Amino acid sequence: MTSIGTGYDLSVSTYSPDGRVFQVEYAQKAVDNSGTAIGLRVKDGVVLAVEKIKHSRLLVPGSNKRIMTAGRHIGVAAAGWMSDTRHLVKRARDEAHHYHSVYKADIPAKIIAERMGMYVQAYTLYSSVRPFGVSTILACVDTDGPQLYMVEPSGQFTGYRGCAAGKGKQAAKTEIEKLKLEELTVRDAVKEAARIIYAAHDEAKDKLFELELSWICAESGMLHAHVPADVLAEAIQHAERSLDEDDDDDDEMEDEDL
Amino acid sequence: MASLKPGEANLGTTIMAVKFDGGVVVGADSRTSTGTYVANRVTDKLTKVHDRIYCCRSGSAADTQAIADVVNYHLDLYTAQHGGPPTVSVAASLFQEICYQNKGNLSAGIIVAGWDKHNGGSVFEIPLGGSLHQQQFAIGGSGSTYIYGYCDKTFRPGMSKEECIQFVKNAVSLAMARDGSSGGVIRLAVITPDGVERTVVYGDRLPTQYSD
Repeated sequence: MTSIGTGYDLSVSTYSPDGRVFQVEYAQKAVDNSGTAIGLRVKDGVVLAVEKIKHSRLLVPGSNKRIMTAGRHIGVAAAGWMSDTRHLVKRARDEAHHYHSVYKADIPAKIIAERMGMYVQAYTLYSSVRPFGVSTILACVDTDGPQLYMVEPSGQFTGYRGCAAGKGKQAAKTEIEKLKLEELTVRDAVKEAARIIYAAHDEAKDKLFELELSWICAESGMLHAHVPADVLAEAIQHAERSLDEDDDDDDEMEDEDL
Repeated sequence: MASLKPGEANLGTTIMAVKFDGGVVVGADSRTSTGTYVANRVTDKLTKVHDRIYCCRSGSAADTQAIADVVNYHLDLYTAQHGGPPTVSVAASLFQEICYQNKGNLSAGIIVAGWDKHNGGSVFEIPLGGSLHQQQFAIGGSGSTYIYGYCDKTFRPGMSKEECIQFVKNAVSLAMARDGSSGGVIRLAVITPDGVERTVVYGDRLPTQYSD
């Protein structure tokens, strides 16, 4: 890495001569080491999914959630440091609550994304702090319908139809781009999201993982909620089946080669 | 509790707002008094806080002007941040927040009314303590006490724009006839998606009442 040894990567308050802030780029690397998180915005709702990598078989299933609720209508999926994530989710909850106390209305997606972006960006300005090592994917349904935003360690926040962060983001993005998101329902999207997380999972690097799935749709009363157990089980079944099919296809290809 | 200071201008006042399908009609008398002295007989108590949102002010002239200015500022800020106009309920919520947080220092009874694309016409009343009430129509100010019966008897949901205008003219003129702190002319504003239409009914053109 060109940054190492030059001294320009020691603080967020110093630019490198070519105009980069290396500490922010390192924070992005912390995100890239994390389990994959994706968000899909479809016609009737939003779906979040994460690949929660388990470091021990002793962990209780469903513990240490990586998808959290920031407001009744706002879900947050995170890739990166979980401690930083919890801090940001607390901030998002405070922002949502404050907005409601002033306007007596639910905070719109773009406003909470902007405020979270502003907050994260402030940690790229001072030498006394380190940037957040987390990308948060915000799912929200507001008066303009389903919305999806991602806030990155730089403070950049962008609206998406589908987005991905973490280890498998390249593989996941390729898969998301193949989807016709405007035509999917959340029921379809839940299955696709599960499939994509399973496809992006690298068995060689991490053996154990748990799929987390949440949605905001009519079925959840337009509130953010983890999907019911039966929907999750069905989605996992679908994901595993399509992985097996892919493996079979690969085997056939090998046969032809012979 | 807040009370007027010696010499403070008071919007003795009759104010009113009625919603109809596609908008609202707001109306007010025009008297501002300091004690028994009429400080202004052509006051405009209908104050614009956004393109399609007005407030009707009663209580202290100074307090309500200051509140309307602050809300106007917040609504402009809201428009810039959200990239579009606020709903009437957002405006009413801002009024309420100020009236409630400062209830010990304010003398303000406000009606917020207007039109937005999500809810159409809507009317909110914020009386002295800073509570917030959404209503089909609202009356306020010292003069309103004289016309509760008339308004409750006369109002029907689903009145046309013209019927609402006539309702407001009749009600406000009845209050002006009985209330010593209300008088002058009737100022009206009709707020619809197409714009705001301001009119005045002069003192010699008021609907005639039995007491005249």
